[in-house]
Amino acid sequence: MPKTMVDKIWESHEVRDDLIYIDLHLVHEVTSPQAFDGLRLSGRGVRRPDKTLATADHNVPTDGTAVSRMIADALSRQQVETLEQNCAEFGIPIYSLGSERQGIVHVIGPELGVTQPGMTIVCGDSHTSTHGAFGALAFGIGTSEVEHVLATQTLAQKRPKTMRIWYSGALGFGVTAKDLILATIGRLGTAGAVGYAVEYAGPVIENLSMENRMTVCNMTIEGGGRAGMVAPDDTTFAYMESRPAAPKDWSAALDRWRALPTDDGATFDQEIRIDGSALAPMVTWGTTPGMVVDVTASVPTPDSFDSPADRETAERALQYMGLDAGTPITDIGLDRVFIGSCTNSRIEDLRAAARIAEGRHVADGVRAMVVPGSNQVKIQAEAEGLDRLFTTAGFEWRSAGCSMCLGMNPDILAPQERCASTSNRNFEGRQGAGGRTHLVSPEMAAAAAIEGHFVDIRGWK
Amino acid sequence: MEPVTVIAGKVSVLDRADVDTDQIMPKQFLKRIERTGYGEFLFYDWVRNGEVSIEPNPILAAGRNFGCGSSREHAVWGIQQFGFQAVIAPSFSDIFYGNCTKNGFLPVRLEEDDVRGVMDAGEASIDLDSQTVTFAGRSVSFDIDPAIKHRLINGLDEIALTLEHEDEITSYERDRMAPGPVTTAL
Repeated sequence: MPKTMVDKIWESHEVRDDLIYIDLHLVHEVTSPQAFDGLRLSGRGVRRPDKTLATADHNVPTDGTAVSRMIADALSRQQVETLEQNCAEFGIPIYSLGSERQGIVHVIGPELGVTQPGMTIVCGDSHTSTHGAFGALAFGIGTSEVEHVLATQTLAQKRPKTMRIWYSGALGFGVTAKDLILATIGRLGTAGAVGYAVEYAGPVIENLSMENRMTVCNMTIEGGGRAGMVAPDDTTFAYMESRPAAPKDWSAALDRWRALPTDDGATFDQEIRIDGSALAPMVTWGTTPGMVVDVTASVPTPDSFDSPADRETAERALQYMGLDAGTPITDIGLDRVFIGSCTNSRIEDLRAAARIAEGRHVADGVRAMVVPGSNQVKIQAEAEGLDRLFTTAGFEWRSAGCSMCLGMNPDILAPQERCASTSNRNFEGRQGAGGRTHLVSPEMAAAAAIEGHFVDIRGWK
Repeated sequence: MEPVTVIAGKVSVLDRADVDTDQIMPKQFLKRIERTGYGEFLFYDWVRNGEVSIEPNPILAAGRNFGCGSSREHAVWGIQQFGFQAVIAPSFSDIFYGNCTKNGFLPVRLEEDDVRGVMDAGEASIDLDSQTVTFAGRSVSFDIDPAIKHRLINGLDEIALTLEHEDEITSYERDRMAPGPVTTAL
């Protein structure tokens, strides 16, 4: 019987019914301390430190602080130091502050090559779906599950339902992977994929680079799906071949990986088709990633929503965002711009933003930051001269970390500050209490920084 | 973990959809390394700016897609430590739902109209064994995975349950596990 990629990975990892083996467990400082405490309390160890990898990212200052004991915020310092101590105690490799391999957990996995096709990958972070870009089954877990994986290298799970989203056509000029996934969430709704593993497929996806595929898979959770995936192909293999953790027996690995894609004739629980040629640059206007419109549109009126509950939600979102219904998106002015996060902080994202920024300057009154996703990205960008290009254009060039995506470190918005952000969540207060977030692509964020308001980059000078 | 059997009493109402875990437990409280002490920070920004007022009752009733967003289990710890024992909503995010069940905290999915009925009744009784919610003189049933139900009713530790099958994990590693990266060798 023809099988989906999810089915193949699931069946090869079932230890017994509803218990799957985990090939890679990524760990960071925020969702792990209570799990390590649990191990100590119950006298359990870490079953497979060799399948576990840790880094510090959420709490990390991006000002170049080189060691954890120099982190100014006492609670952040304690959390990063606790991770370092726990990893030392249980023999888990860690790339903490000061390591050339430190960075956002979802950036360093693929970068090191520990993210590979066909694997099961978990992390105490909902954006673990990022790793599905390689044809892995990757999803976020809570702290109790972190403890479960540390102790047993397995996870008690029900097989997810399967959804395939097929993108026909080709993305137009100025339309990016970020726009594709924002438009998809806008169509699906924030709970449209609850209970599903989502496979992204079709010519548009096949033509995306690995880093763009990661952007798409990363935001699967914003549509409610726990895992997002793309079938591995030659693009995947080319990206992986020179990575530090790439398999020694490369041809055997290729044989395994080439058997992973969904078989012809396999059935999905749900199939959706989207015309990629019809997509435009997208900007969120509200307080969920599903509240999103084309850059050419205006802020919607609450009356345009069908149900009373949706109207009320829209009204509250507009009030929080300080926006009037009917305002053209391109009239929305900005105080801050953030280019970074596990969604859009890889070298291709920074190159794309740099192409927009080159020879121009950030508008008066706008503070714009560029935060590479990892130290490796930072090193690469600096070798290409992107740091100087950005600073000449008036952008701040920072060190690797989650930064202003979630404001657990000093990079936060002040109340009522309005930000164009390449991150993944525009929830109330996400980037700082009272802060107002608009999600966009790196190109759209860079152009907004230059002009001081949103612009349609397709017609921009 | 305390066994979950019958949860009965007053209902606190949070009549909003898409309540995300950033609202339930804002990030500044995730820096703690303990598992306790989160109750006082529940819905911190909404409570502080007067948008929401919530009493610690046995049951919380909320709108669809409750607990969406980040995987932070701190959200469940906060709701539980504030005083709630169960949350009723039309739908939950997958990760949040799972996190609830690891903590002896009961998430109950009901039809939207029934959630509205529970909100209006102000009181309800949830019987996990019979999988029913009783409010305003009527009962409706809810679905729950049998394995999760068994674990909740008996207050069982999931890790201990899994370790009963340790020999199967070992034989999986020996016989079926695909070659993969070795993080300790990088």
